[in-house]
Amino acid sequence: MTERAHLEVDGLTKRFGGLVAVKSMGFSVSAGEILGLIGPNGSGKSTVMKLIMGIERPDAGSVRINGTEVAGWPSHRIARMGAGIVFQHSRPLHRQTVLENIKLALLPDKLTRLFADPRTDERARAIAARVGLSGVLDRRPATLPFADLRKIEIAKAIARNPPVLLIDEPFAGLTLSETAAFSDLICELRDDGRAVLLVDHNVKSVARLVDRVLAMYVGERIAEGTADEVMRNETVRRVYLGGSIETAARPESSFGDRTTPFLEVDNVGVQYGKAQALQSVSIHVHAGEFVSVVGLNGAGKTTLFNAISGLLPYSGEIRREGASLRGQTAAAIARGGIVQCSEGRNLFTDMTVRENLDLGGQHLPAAESADQIGWLFDLFPILRERQKQAAGTLSGGEQQMLTIARALMMKPKLLILDEPTLGLAPVILEQIAKALERLRQTTAITVLLGEQNVTFALPHADRVYVLEHARIVWEGEPAKFAAGAGTGYL
Amino acid sequence: MHSFSTARIVLVALGVVVVASFLPLGVSGYILGLLTVAYYFGVFAMAWDLLFGFAGEVNFGPTFLIGTGAYTAGILDNLYQPPIWLCVAAGALAAVAGGVVLALPALRVRGPYFGLTTLVAVLMLQNFVVVDAHLTGGEIGLTVPDVITISDAANYEIALWFMAVSGAILFSLSRSPVGLILQASGQDAVQAAALGFNVTKHKLAAFIISAFFSGLAGALMAFYLSSASVGTFVDITVGVQIIIAAVIGGRRTILGGVLGAVFLIAMSELLRPLGDLSNFVVFAMALVVVLLFPSGFFGLLTRSKEPS
Repeated sequence: MTERAHLEVDGLTKRFGGLVAVKSMGFSVSAGEILGLIGPNGSGKSTVMKLIMGIERPDAGSVRINGTEVAGWPSHRIARMGAGIVFQHSRPLHRQTVLENIKLALLPDKLTRLFADPRTDERARAIAARVGLSGVLDRRPATLPFADLRKIEIAKAIARNPPVLLIDEPFAGLTLSETAAFSDLICELRDDGRAVLLVDHNVKSVARLVDRVLAMYVGERIAEGTADEVMRNETVRRVYLGGSIETAARPESSFGDRTTPFLEVDNVGVQYGKAQALQSVSIHVHAGEFVSVVGLNGAGKTTLFNAISGLLPYSGEIRREGASLRGQTAAAIARGGIVQCSEGRNLFTDMTVRENLDLGGQHLPAAESADQIGWLFDLFPILRERQKQAAGTLSGGEQQMLTIARALMMKPKLLILDEPTLGLAPVILEQIAKALERLRQTTAITVLLGEQNVTFALPHADRVYVLEHARIVWEGEPAKFAAGAGTGYL
Repeated sequence: MHSFSTARIVLVALGVVVVASFLPLGVSGYILGLLTVAYYFGVFAMAWDLLFGFAGEVNFGPTFLIGTGAYTAGILDNLYQPPIWLCVAAGALAAVAGGVVLALPALRVRGPYFGLTTLVAVLMLQNFVVVDAHLTGGEIGLTVPDVITISDAANYEIALWFMAVSGAILFSLSRSPVGLILQASGQDAVQAAALGFNVTKHKLAAFIISAFFSGLAGALMAFYLSSASVGTFVDITVGVQIIIAAVIGGRRTILGGVLGAVFLIAMSELLRPLGDLSNFVVFAMALVVVLLFPSGFFGLLTRSKEPS
């Protein structure tokens, strides 16, 4: 091994339209080292990984693998140069066996190779043994547990023996014991002398594993150092924990419906195929209350909201004003006044702002609909200016406002907001935060907010739940969040 | 398990072909004629399946490749009367050239746009045929003066063995390492590239191979029919029939295309008494197969033999 770092990134920049997703990032990973790249959702960490691998083309900057400049190369050439990637989602070939899936990764990129090299079989078996798949070589992927599917991905990524290994969210969806086994495997791969880049949401999940951590926020580096140093870093704490936040929580006893809250989620579980997405989750929301569910990406927030909206089968019980919602269609639940603003913004991008709002007010009498639109334009003045513009031409923040406004057109009793801050710049966040604050002060609306951005989630909340790995791990007042749940959240 | 079932498929297919080669001893010339067309259709469907089932690209314009092959061979025969094998080879090469011209821009776009590009290519070819009537025979059709042979039995055997050889080549390609890479490229191009495979190169190769067999089969069929017309070689409905044959035969199986083609031709023949209604019934049956048995005939036949 040379002294040189295996992977060197310098001045890496990527813009998507007006949004700067990655701004002049630079770091290096040496042979036999694990670097953790962390940041909340939308911070640009996945984009960095895609830029290194050539899945996205960088606008500027350099990526060197063993000293060779590969920035702007197509993915397959970067792979042959010595980079391997473990994707977060496994998509094996389903008609082929595990062994054949691994063999695929060993094949040369040649059209003339009509018969596989006989040594391929032997090598594929050796790789399978290494990642712990020996027992299931002849099975089809569909019959395997989730952890084994992840092992296939690792096996494929290391098949060409790449000196640089990129791993996206290594532990997503794994149980604790599986996580431990995976950590050991990743350490072994480092000890082979590889440069490993782990991408994940927070320091905690990778702390045991990494030699160094680099934290990102809105496309920029905010801290670098050992896991401990990064966890103690002021900026990191502010991004993840919201620093010193002014809260205006109303005590739970001030709500009228203490015995039967407006919404009760009782011991709810959701299973996605083999992965447990929610596990005995119980929360409640009083009429008029503002409740925030805080959790990192993948913790189960969207799953929880989809279960409430009737979009998913679940175990346990969800009650509205004491009556079970089970058996009601998603449409009936929405008409009943539980309206969800989903993360994806689902606007009709070719229709104008006004048309999108009119559509939301379809069920209202014309006069009432016009009144409601007037009120919403006061709440989000920018939408009044933009009302003739196609929704697709709005900025991300304006689209988010329009999504919330459209949901409010339905005059919801309970408004569910799923990550309204996703991918938005801090200035826009402030505007949306102001609108939410006015909403809370001037109407009797009940809000259930899902967020990983604590700075945004805490100030408005009356009560906070923390969702982690499919479970509720903390409940309390926002003022006590940093003390009570902070360390676990970093 | 997998290699066992592959061997079994090859053995059964070979047996069927050998049995089929004895059909001229006991079957009327009319039925032989139908089967001859069905076998060429089978090659069209197999060539299409390589592109859709493996490379994951929906080519709505198989008839662009087939028609290019058929018309090139026919026009060449009309103008210069070179040896027939030369006309056929020219047809296949023209289809490959047309395929490359089409694929290079089409593979740059994704999803439905690739399909749309191929569809437009068919319309352009159709227009060219109609407009350049002095060369192509226009809407009346092109008469191809030479025939390979006038014997029904000989034509039948040519089509059968041509299909068998094409099928063998396409099938072994699909089960080779290249076929595996193609499947990976079709299912997840990003991941295939990250494993070091040049996805565009592999898809282009699939397109060229598909075009070669389509053009070759088109040219041979033109000589068998002694004519080429828009209605038999170019029209969009012909393309749709090929796609239906491949899908009901069994996507990603290559050989299923032959089953689908024989089924389609046999059905439209059996239902001929229904008149105009027969096509409707055939398409309705195809719809039922696609909805109820998405793995197609071939999937149904091999399922019991292939424990999963």
